[in-house]
Amino acid sequence: MSGWWSYRLSDFLLFSAQTYYRLFELYNQAVWPMQLVTLALGAGVFALVLRNPPWQGRAIAAVLAAAWLWVAWAYHLQRYEAINWAASHYAAGFAVQALLFIWTGVIRNRLVFRLGVSMTTRAGLGIFLFALVVYPLIAPILGRNWMHAEVFGIAPDPTVVATLGLLLLAANRACSGLMLIPLLWCAISGATLWAMGSPDAFIAPVAGFLVVVLVRWKTYRLAKNRPG
Amino acid sequence: MSQSPNRGRRHFLRALTAAGVATVLWPRAGRAAPDPVITRPIPSSGEAIPVIGLGSWITFNVGSDPVARDACAEVMGNFFAAGGRVIDSSPMYGSSQDVIGYGLEKLGTASQVFSADKVWTPFGADGREQVEKSRRYWNVPRFDLMQVHNLVSWEDHLPMLFEMKAAGAIRYVGITTSEGRRHGAFEQVMRTEPLDFVQVSYNIRNRDVEKRILPLARERGIAVIANRPFQQSALIDWAKRYPLPEWAADIDCANWAQFLLKFIVSHMAVTCAIPATSRVDHVRENMGAATGRLPDEAMRRRMIAYVEQL
Repeated sequence: MSGWWSYRLSDFLLFSAQTYYRLFELYNQAVWPMQLVTLALGAGVFALVLRNPPWQGRAIAAVLAAAWLWVAWAYHLQRYEAINWAASHYAAGFAVQALLFIWTGVIRNRLVFRLGVSMTTRAGLGIFLFALVVYPLIAPILGRNWMHAEVFGIAPDPTVVATLGLLLLAANRACSGLMLIPLLWCAISGATLWAMGSPDAFIAPVAGFLVVVLVRWKTYRLAKNRPG
Repeated sequence: MSQSPNRGRRHFLRALTAAGVATVLWPRAGRAAPDPVITRPIPSSGEAIPVIGLGSWITFNVGSDPVARDACAEVMGNFFAAGGRVIDSSPMYGSSQDVIGYGLEKLGTASQVFSADKVWTPFGADGREQVEKSRRYWNVPRFDLMQVHNLVSWEDHLPMLFEMKAAGAIRYVGITTSEGRRHGAFEQVMRTEPLDFVQVSYNIRNRDVEKRILPLARERGIAVIANRPFQQSALIDWAKRYPLPEWAADIDCANWAQFLLKFIVSHMAVTCAIPATSRVDHVRENMGAATGRLPDEAMRRRMIAYVEQL
């Protein structure tokens, strides 16, 4: 792309803020009352984290895989692609993430989400609950219609942020790889909302940045506490 | 350029459609017919087109939202009723082409529009197919103008477009750029290819093209379409913070949109400007710039001086 340095973020924005939020309004209307189902699944994930049964990792991975697959198909392919030709690529990325959860968490059972006493795991749970409970309230808080609400398992941003929060609870190295696509989405979404002038543009990027800092902190603490 | 045997019939159909659309949007009781619009000839053919067209970047990319699509159709209806003809789009603009096609079908104005679209793919082999896909979105028999968007793979697409023109599949060929990008390569293509149109960014605060590209266009007999006349609303939003000068009435400007647009289209090298909007009131304001008096050179200098001191 010749003269790439001359492009501003707004040059890559293909739609107006009105069109973008209207997309969520129509999407939410079309899938209602599925939002209640995904919120209930999110609540179920929270309960599984607290109770920690032996099959917890597989169950949570399955919920996350289903959420990412649904967003890939119902949001990116069925709706977002109509106004953003890059959405098919986003759908592919979300589908890959779902497959990673299926492989790592469901088939190989390599994910266990433990709520320990460390700052990292407690922050992770806080980020997950923020995505589940607070994210849907952002639209009405900012003066937008309730039908613009973004819900875990339905909209990409709360699904991604919830996933990052849960991955902070997981206790193995596979989690770092599972964070790549969510972190990339935080940057993409933040850039899109920033170009639109949306006041909530910072939320996903800040959540992603916080997760990166916490992962680095966790790695540092583990290395420091290693015997010898 | 020889006249197409169907040209007289197309003009008649356009006049009928314009009269029909104008009657619907300007009911007989209490409304005068719109003022005649100012036109400029396309140098390569002499065909006259109105100096104000309609862009579709962002504004018409509304997806499948039925309410928004009808709103865009209403903008188009008012545009045509005010004498507009040129509508510009691109495959890059998401669903804009499809929305334009929806509007044309709903209004029955496919024969009235001067359709300007673009080929936008880095793969030369895909150009023809993309043009055909775009034509199906618009649901027009053929495009009036097909342009290579931002000079992407122009070496492959231009020969293809000239072939299509020779075969009668399109009527005019052009290239586009925006915000001053690739002007060196742009000029080179203008000098070496038999283009009918170029599309560049030009407005009262971005007059870079006055130095070389506009004079070259006049020299080579190439029509000029000015994009981003309002710098994606940044320019007009900024201007509206200040009072419109009283002497704007001397050139029949009632608002900043008309002031900014008349500056652009008063340059003798410019054929048409294509402001984009999703609002009926704005399209009516914009089309007001296609009527009345245009500034002369002295007035253009006065307009520049006024804006620069704001």
